[in-house]
Order: sequence, then C-alpha cells, then structure tokens
Amino acid sequence: MADTTSDVLVIGAGLHGLSTAFHLARRGIKVTVLEADYAGRHASGVNAGGVRTLGRHLAEIPLSLASREIWHNLPELLGDDASFVASGQLKLAESEAELAQCQMRVAELQANGFTHEVLIDRAEVFELLPTVAPHVVGGIWVADDGYAVPYRVVTAVRRAAQRLGVVVHEQTPALAITQKASRWHVSTPKGRFEADHLIVTAGAWAGRLAADIGEPVPTYPQGLMLMVTHRVAPFCKQVLGATGRALSFKQFDNGTVVIGGKLIGDLDFDTRHGEVDITRLITSALTVTDLFPHLKHLGINRAWAGIEAFTQDDLPVISHSLRASGLTYSFGYCGSGFQMSLGTGERVAQLVLGESSSIDLAAFAIDRFNLDSSILMASKEPSCNQSLESKPTSA
Amino acid sequence: MNLEPIDVVVIGAGPAGMAGARTLAELGISVVLLDEQVAAGGQIYRGIASASPARREMLGTDYGDGVPLTDALKGSTVRHETGASVWQVTRERQVHYLKDGRVRSFAAKTVLLATGAMERPFPIPGWTLPGVMTAGAAQILLKTAGIGPQGPVVLAGCGPLLYLLGWQYLRAGIEISALVDTSRREDYWRARGHLLKALRAWPYLRKGISLLRALRKNEVPHYTGAEGLQIEGEAQVQALSFVVDGQQHRLPASTVLLHQGVVPNIQFTQALRAQHRWDDAQLCFVPETDHWGRLDVPFISAAGDGTGIGGAQVAALQGQLAALGLARDLGRITPAQRDSRAAPLRDQLEKNLRIRPFLDALYRPRDENRIPPRDDVTICRCEEVTAGDIRRFVELGCSGPNQAKSFGRCGMGPCQGRMCGLTVTEIIAKTRGLSPDEVGYFRIRPPIKPITLGELASG
Repeated sequence: MADTTSDVLVIGAGLHGLSTAFHLARRGIKVTVLEADYAGRHASGVNAGGVRTLGRHLAEIPLSLASREIWHNLPELLGDDASFVASGQLKLAESEAELAQCQMRVAELQANGFTHEVLIDRAEVFELLPTVAPHVVGGIWVADDGYAVPYRVVTAVRRAAQRLGVVVHEQTPALAITQKASRWHVSTPKGRFEADHLIVTAGAWAGRLAADIGEPVPTYPQGLMLMVTHRVAPFCKQVLGATGRALSFKQFDNGTVVIGGKLIGDLDFDTRHGEVDITRLITSALTVTDLFPHLKHLGINRAWAGIEAFTQDDLPVISHSLRASGLTYSFGYCGSGFQMSLGTGERVAQLVLGESSSIDLAAFAIDRFNLDSSILMASKEPSCNQSLESKPTSA
Repeated sequence: MNLEPIDVVVIGAGPAGMAGARTLAELGISVVLLDEQVAAGGQIYRGIASASPARREMLGTDYGDGVPLTDALKGSTVRHETGASVWQVTRERQVHYLKDGRVRSFAAKTVLLATGAMERPFPIPGWTLPGVMTAGAAQILLKTAGIGPQGPVVLAGCGPLLYLLGWQYLRAGIEISALVDTSRREDYWRARGHLLKALRAWPYLRKGISLLRALRKNEVPHYTGAEGLQIEGEAQVQALSFVVDGQQHRLPASTVLLHQGVVPNIQFTQALRAQHRWDDAQLCFVPETDHWGRLDVPFISAAGDGTGIGGAQVAALQGQLAALGLARDLGRITPAQRDSRAAPLRDQLEKNLRIRPFLDALYRPRDENRIPPRDDVTICRCEEVTAGDIRRFVELGCSGPNQAKSFGRCGMGPCQGRMCGLTVTEIIAKTRGLSPDEVGYFRIRPPIKPITLGELASG
C-alpha cells in the first residue's frame, strides 16, 4: 500500500487538479491526487483544445491572461511543449450587425484596460484566412492564443507533477470525505487517504462532493460534443469561432479538423458517459460548410462527448470553503477551463498557501449563488447556453 | 430530422440478417433490412444473386447455400434497403443511415444487429506492404469479379477460409506457389480433446479434409507449424520468410494473402455500450446476450458471427431465434408459440456448434502473430503506431486502449480502430500482466460508417 498521508489531497486528476498539484509541488508541498477514472478522462483530455483568451467573461480575463504566460513558457516549466501551437484565434463576423457586436466587445474590453482582443476588418480577415467564404465582413483577432492536443497537455502536466513527487492514484474514487480535528480523511476502494488540506477539482462530480461536505453549489453536468474529420490539405491555420452562431473550429497539423462549439449531447451521468447525438451536430456541419464550402465532401471520422460542470452564471467556483477549514474548490468552468487551468492551478496553490496575488477571486466565491430551492431546480436546465452563441469555446 | 416509425430494423443482410428479417416478416411484423451492399448475401454469400452458374460452381456448394436464403428474402414482405450504410444506432433505437448521399432515420421499436465478422488483424513485419491482402478481401474479388491476384501467390496463416480460398483458386485456375500454415502440433493435440464432439459434426470436418486433400493433389507446397513470419520488400512484397522446425525458408512472392480467422464485428454493440466479455477460446470480445440474442440494452438483439464466430449455418439459425425473441418482445406471439417454434432450431444450432471447440483449438492464432514481439511492427495503420509505441505508452502510464488514443492517436484514424482494436488490447494486457477483460476495448463512437459534412448538413 502506498503512502496515504500527504500535506494536500486533491480530488480529481483533470487539468485543474494536476496543475494545482504541480504548482504546490514546486513549492515543496507533498501532494496526493485521487482520480475516480483515469487522468483527464472526462473534460480535460477530450475537449477541443482551444487555448483561448478571446471572448472571455471580464472576471476571467486576469486569470486567463496569467495562464497565457504559462502556455507560452511550457518547455521551461514542464520540459515539454505539450503540443501547444500559438496559431492565434479569430472570431468571425458574418454580417455588419455582427461586426458591430465585435466593435462593442472590443470597446468594452478597452474601457476595462484589456487590449488583447483586436478588431480586424474584412481585408485583414482574408489576409489571415484566404480560404474563408466571401460573406465574412471582419472579426476579432487574438494573435497569442492558439491550441493544443488536450491529452498531451494532461500527460505533460501529470508527468511534470510526478517528477516533483506528486502521487497520482487513478481508478481511486473518493467514497466518503470526513474531517476529524483539522485533518481530512478520504476513503477509497484502495484505502484511506489523509491530509491537512483538501482541494476539490472534480469537474462535473465536484458539485456532488461539495453537497456531501454540506456546501451545496448549484451546478449541473453536461455532455459536450465534438467531431473530427478525416484529413484534408491545410486551409486554415487559426482557431476559428463565429459571432452569430455556435462554432469552435480548428485544423490540426495532421490535417484533421475538429468542430465543436458547446454542443450539448446526452448525458448518462451515473455511468460517467457523455452520449453523442449526431443529429444535433447538423447545425455545426451547416455552419462549417457555409464558411468553407469545399469541406462538403470531407468525411466525419468520429464524434464524441466529454462531461463538464456548468454553473448558473457561467463562471467557475475558485474559492476556499466557507464551512470547513483546510478545504478549497476549483471547478465549474462551464466548458471554458482548458486554457485557464495552467494559471488557475498556480492561483489556487497561492490560495492554499495563503500567498497574496493581484488576481482577485471575488467573482468566483462559493457563496455567490442564490440557493433558493426554485433556482436550484431551474439550474438543471442549461442556462449557460444563452450566452454561448457569442463566444468560441475551448471545450 | 424525420424519423420513420417501424417495428424492427435489421442491420446486415448476411445469413443472420436475411433469416431473421424473413422470420419477422412471416409473423406479419413490419421489418426493414438495411445493408450497404448492392444485393443481399453478406460477406459469405457476397454477389450470390449476380454470380453466373459457372462462378457458383467454381466457388463450391457452400456458396450455393446462400441461394435459398436470398430467394426466400425476395419472396417475403421484408423491405430490403440496399446501399444503405448505417452510421449510428442509439440506445433509444434511432437508426441513422445514409442512402444515395442523404441522411435518413428510423425510430424502431426493436433492432436486430446482424453485422457479422471481420478478419482478425495479422500484424507481422511487412504486413502493410503493397501486395499483402487478407484472404477475405481476395475472396471478395473472386466472388464479385472473378479475379485473382498477381502471382506468385503465397497463402499464409490458419483457419478454414484460407484453405477454402486455396481450393477455390485451384478451381478457378489461379496458381498458388505455397500454403504456409501457422498451426502447430500443439494445436492438433489440443484440438484432439474436442475431436469426439467434432466427429458428430462430421460434415464440417470432412469439408476441411477434402480442401486440404485437393491442395495436396495439386502439389501445392504445404508448410505446417510455420513461425517467425516476415514479409520482405521495400515498396512492394518480394518474399515471405518463415521458420519450420528451426529451418529458415524464403518464398518469393508478389502477393501474400494473410488470414488467421475472423472475429465478431462489435462496432455497433460497443457503441451501444452493451456488456462485452473476452472469449479466450476465440481470442476476441463478444457481446453478452441471452439465448434469444438479446443484449443488455432494451429491445436490441444481435445474431450471427457478430455475437461469436459460428459460421453461416449457425448465423441463420441465430437470426431466426433472435427474430422469435423480438416477436415475443413486440407482443406478436405468445411465449409458448415462440418456444415451440424455437425448439427445432435450437436442436440444429446445438449440432452445428459441436465442431466449434475443435476448430477454435485447431486454428488458434499464434501469440506472436497477434502480439508482435518486435517493436517496429505497425499496429495502427491509419496513424502509423507501432507495437513498440504502445509498449512505451504503457510505461508512460497508459492503462488501456482509450488512453492509447490520447497518447499517440492509435485507433483514431479512418478505420476507427477496427484494424487495430484487438491488437492494442492484447499488447496492453500482456505488457501490464492483465487479462484483456481488465484492459477493455476502444470506446466506439459514431459515425460507424463514413458520412461527410455535406451529407450530415443535408439531414
């Protein structure tokens, strides 16, 4: 039996858990990570791989920009580029009305002191992307964004953390969580684990764990679908999103094209399975073939779904517990957590260690939700979807 | 998306699908049979309706057994959709397919999967070279176009199909330079234990013996107990080399036809997340079914080689039994009617299955031809992943086939893991010292068959 005591126990070996463990281990903290399935199984390892500051909620931007620094320094930090490509991300406007929306968005960011999103006109779009359909009128461009292969990132962060002494137990679900005196005890099928501090980064399952601990958060799980095509000659270097319709689109180096955009599939939560309903991908196929008519004859190789936690206000929970000592949460990224994970892990490590930071987490407090029971009921519906149309996504 | 309601969708017009669909139609049940080929027959009776009498004669009497099945189908009320490629079946029994470039869908009360078998991968050095084909693919060319490959031709591996193809080639006047048999003496000894049961299935046994006798009579060199198979060549096959009793052989060849048995095609049952188990006698995964072919997914059944290899006769019987089970589930016959009609079918099924343990033991593919000891052998042809790559993934913490996808795109190419799935499972299981059951199989995702963005957009 492995050593079952550590300074910090992390529940959930997705990117948020692994990144947090990595940043803690860099500061000499002894960390054990428990994973019910295998690392990166549900959202972290199977998302679209968009590394995106573009289109984020104002509250997320400081964390997202801090993450971007880390993405651009992966070889130094992890000894591995984790497949990150700084391709830039482009959100297309398909009409003058959409371009006006883009203008407003960029003006709002500038008023708040953020200059990373840049408005570009039709000529600039076609210079970047000559193959796009001629009806496109402009867009928003972020040159330093990009993409990565999600599981390569999970593996790179996991291995870097393990080299620093982090122990990862896969197939080890947390069955019961209790606090005795000030220590946390987590029972699993592989025995009981103990630590002074507990961090919950369990994604779609974090809401259940928080409720078990007595701190209910109105989150709900969703299965998000993606599809990937057969290989096609290179025609698009950037990651693309659309302004007026749901789209996340990129061509990888090997020629395959990944198409998504927060498309909600079916979910079998108890068996931990996100089900694909291809009929719901018809709109995506239409969007893609409208923008790139030459892709009509491109074969779809596979569609899949990952499972992610959503919240009422489309923002994650990054917060100390208000009910128990030595307990911290980081979950509910609403399908936009991939890019944020590297910087958030560092910020959560600072939070756990009581270090100060200029990045304010007030917007992500666990007690910000209205726990009125009628709202809890309503939160089962995909309330995030309303705002999804206007932004590209990383999941 | 328009969903057409129907009692039963049967997928696959091989022996199981044809017999099952006809049985359902005879009971007055509305049934559609979806199959991607231009005519009924499946792989075993492929091209049967269009084959000339001369070609039927050349292919042998077993091939002719398909005629009554296709004739009965034609005379029934079964709606047979040809050129219909099914790309998704949901647990709620929506069946999506592509025909004439358009997406169409059924909302079925029940579904019968009769998707048959596919050839087991044969990952040896050089198996991806041009000039290497599976015996099954070569046989399809013979059945549908009456053509043989470029000589010299060497057949290598084990299993009835390999001998049958050799025999058919002889009858078609196609020259074979050698048959290189990988069956070992141990296999004969192991098989002897099942011989008594097998003798009661004499017709099957006699068939195998007569095929081998014909090959011998035509003086086709027949090597047995061959190991260390290696296909040589740079841009094209040049030779097959192998070892028999410690002695090295090298046979020049332009075409090497490989075969080491068939395995169930489990793409649909896996995509439906039905329970599967590892069958150690047949060295493959099979879906768990009850004795009516019912999966643990409500109102979805499976029959034929897709549930475990039994051959064409067994498949047709299982198709009928599954049809009776579904007819009962639909409330169209009583349990007593179902059971009385099933009884004679079960007797025949039992007789036809007697030979199986003998054949499984006799033609058990060698470990080295399933789990390549050499690191440089390609496993996933689509993404060019080698056996060594997979073993390296395991060292990095890869615990199963689904992570192998993430570590190196293994199984993520256009074949969706059909060509490498079993090999990947077996390599990981062996490297980790676990059983294939513990390691599991690829999660299979739609579309099961190719569909383009334009075709999907048309739905």
